[in-house]
Amino acid sequence: MIEAIRDAHDVMMEREPNLVVFGEDVGFFGGVFRCTKGLQKKFGSHRCFDTPISENGIVGAAVGMAAYGLRPCVEIQFSDYMYPAFDQIVSEAARLRYRSAGDFSAPMTIRMPVGGGIYGGQTHSQSPESLFAHVCGLKTVMPSNPYDSKGLLIAAIEDEDPVVFLEPKRLYNGPFDGHHDRPVVPWSSHALSEVPDGYYRVPLGKATVRREGGAVTIVTYGTMVHVALAATQESGIDAEVIDLRSLVPLDEEAIIESVRKTGRCVIVHEATRICGFGAELSAVIQESCFYHLKTPIRRVTGWDTPYPHAFEWQYFPGPGRVADEIRLALED
Amino acid sequence: MPPAAAAEQPSSDALSLRVPEPHGRPGDAPAFAGLLNSRAGNVRRPPVDAPARGMEDLAASLIRVLDDDGQAVGPWCPDLSDPELLAGLGDMLKVRAFDSRMLMAQRQGKTSFYMQCTGEEAVACAFQRTMRPGDMNFPTYRQQGLLITAGYPLLDMMCQVLSNSRDPLKGRQLPVMYSARTHGFFSISGNLGTQFIQAVGWSMASAIKGGTAIAAAWVGDGSTAESDFHSALVFASTYRSPVVLNIVNNQWAISTFQGIARGDGPTFAARGVGFGIPALLVDGNDFLAVYAAAAWATERARRNLGPTLIEHFTYRSAAHSTSDDPAVYRPKAEHEAWPLGDPIERLKTHLILKGIWSEAQHTQAVDEIESEVLGLQKQAESFGTLRDGPPLSPREMFLDVYHEMPPHLQRQRQQAGF
Repeated sequence: MIEAIRDAHDVMMEREPNLVVFGEDVGFFGGVFRCTKGLQKKFGSHRCFDTPISENGIVGAAVGMAAYGLRPCVEIQFSDYMYPAFDQIVSEAARLRYRSAGDFSAPMTIRMPVGGGIYGGQTHSQSPESLFAHVCGLKTVMPSNPYDSKGLLIAAIEDEDPVVFLEPKRLYNGPFDGHHDRPVVPWSSHALSEVPDGYYRVPLGKATVRREGGAVTIVTYGTMVHVALAATQESGIDAEVIDLRSLVPLDEEAIIESVRKTGRCVIVHEATRICGFGAELSAVIQESCFYHLKTPIRRVTGWDTPYPHAFEWQYFPGPGRVADEIRLALED
Repeated sequence: MPPAAAAEQPSSDALSLRVPEPHGRPGDAPAFAGLLNSRAGNVRRPPVDAPARGMEDLAASLIRVLDDDGQAVGPWCPDLSDPELLAGLGDMLKVRAFDSRMLMAQRQGKTSFYMQCTGEEAVACAFQRTMRPGDMNFPTYRQQGLLITAGYPLLDMMCQVLSNSRDPLKGRQLPVMYSARTHGFFSISGNLGTQFIQAVGWSMASAIKGGTAIAAAWVGDGSTAESDFHSALVFASTYRSPVVLNIVNNQWAISTFQGIARGDGPTFAARGVGFGIPALLVDGNDFLAVYAAAAWATERARRNLGPTLIEHFTYRSAAHSTSDDPAVYRPKAEHEAWPLGDPIERLKTHLILKGIWSEAQHTQAVDEIESEVLGLQKQAESFGTLRDGPPLSPREMFLDVYHEMPPHLQRQRQQAGF
């Protein structure tokens, strides 16, 4: 996934002379996760450079650059550290087009690693997607595999609107199904690790079905796609697994079609529950699929606590918890 | 000018918090003794390409060109032609007349809100004369002089203030939050300080693309306390970007005097020194001094010599906004006691002294401008006001959130019936 993200930068920096890439440690060093490795050497320090440790500075400067006519793709080292930039993201990038009636706009991408399952503790594990999804004017994207990472990042960079691009860092080196006690598997053995050379796009706002099934719909994204697939396989239940990929815009049609077919739904995300994105998903499904639902919509999420260090696997919604909820959704 | 209390040492071992207080509160006599630390013409003017190191004194001594008699003196005396000087006076008069009409419109209920820049006209009007087509200002809500000097139609400004059917911002923005890319005026946000770092980013972009345009950032004394101010300084300094970082120190952030933003010790200009950014402290009510400082700073930026910080030292004569009453937190006559006077009066005196203007011409010009502005206001009101006249379509509410309207907004628009 790291290589796919790096490659998306590379492809787009070749194609789009106005694309500039910057953030803390992204230049010479190539990023703490290697996602921008070699870009400065190849494209020069005017196109890819290190910044002061200032998230509001990074995003604020990017807004100004985008207003000039560049297409910045910036990195916040961990999503847990985006809060100093929140004002620039919410009050500025997201609203610039609206408040200026299109006089100015902010075509920019803000990348940030998200999610836990890595013993990251409180400030290297958060999943703040619902904070972005709530902001009108932003698009919010989270890939679950190398193929989508590259295609979605290219689409995000080309998009005329500001896109928050959330990268589950637990998936950087390989798929992770929540079985932390098993050896780490690299991407190379996974079907979606096949990443075409050159340019291609995965459209924003389009979900995909990862597993077709008839008994229950699991709506999820990011790391939890792999957890949901594992839970499905291990429970032997014929679940349909939807990978949203984009949270905003949301592919409501794909969700509604599936839930109307199965009549049951489990929403799975790593983020905390109260006002998490699952609440919005649940409301959308309730409004559109009420008469098709055979049992209540269920949510498997992180607990409403800060992300703990020592209790990583009691916190992380693993395949066992997901399978339990799937079984409950099937009762009656 | 630290208040006396700050110097007092507590008598016991107990710690005590320093909470700065202004020189005067309602009922007190205005007190500005010792405020002016330099006489007109007394501050040196280094070459534009001089290094920042060795320039620290300029952050602490007020650059003034017009003396008490109205003579232009000293090394900062700018090279402005008579027509330019007269145009500058005209711009300031237009700003003041515009403010006055819009204040009235708010009082008459034709709009919800307005903000004047009374007493600060020279800052924006003089500065804008050093900007070129393609340059970009990142203003606050109190630099309407930039727009007016740049020749943006007053009619469009009025329509924005009235949120009427001709409002360029389609009724989406609070009055005075203009946006005019064509006139080098970035979209104003209600969130303070945010545009300061954006200006730096814009200027970095110009440098990245090998362009020739520069940016000007604007912030008030109070908002220098926002974190974006500090980010802007470090980014501008690190990348040596072509930007002029303007602080308009009008002494007041709503009811809070500038000492609360820690302007009562070192000057705001001195903030630049620590970042290695050349910093000027300038008499903001002196049109010639502002122009000279701006010309110096913009030339530095254009010659790729990097950013400059300018503190414009002035006074907010009017209320903070139409929702504010300064009589409850500062001496009533404080603005009249302001030792740097009124920018329009000072330039007028200078021009009369120069023999290119007269009291009679001035009176006539004021009358002409006021009737021009009044005529435009009537025209603007023919397109509606916030409460009466031809309305904007509420369809506008759903447009421009995104480049293309996503399905959920299409549904909401249908649901709303527009």
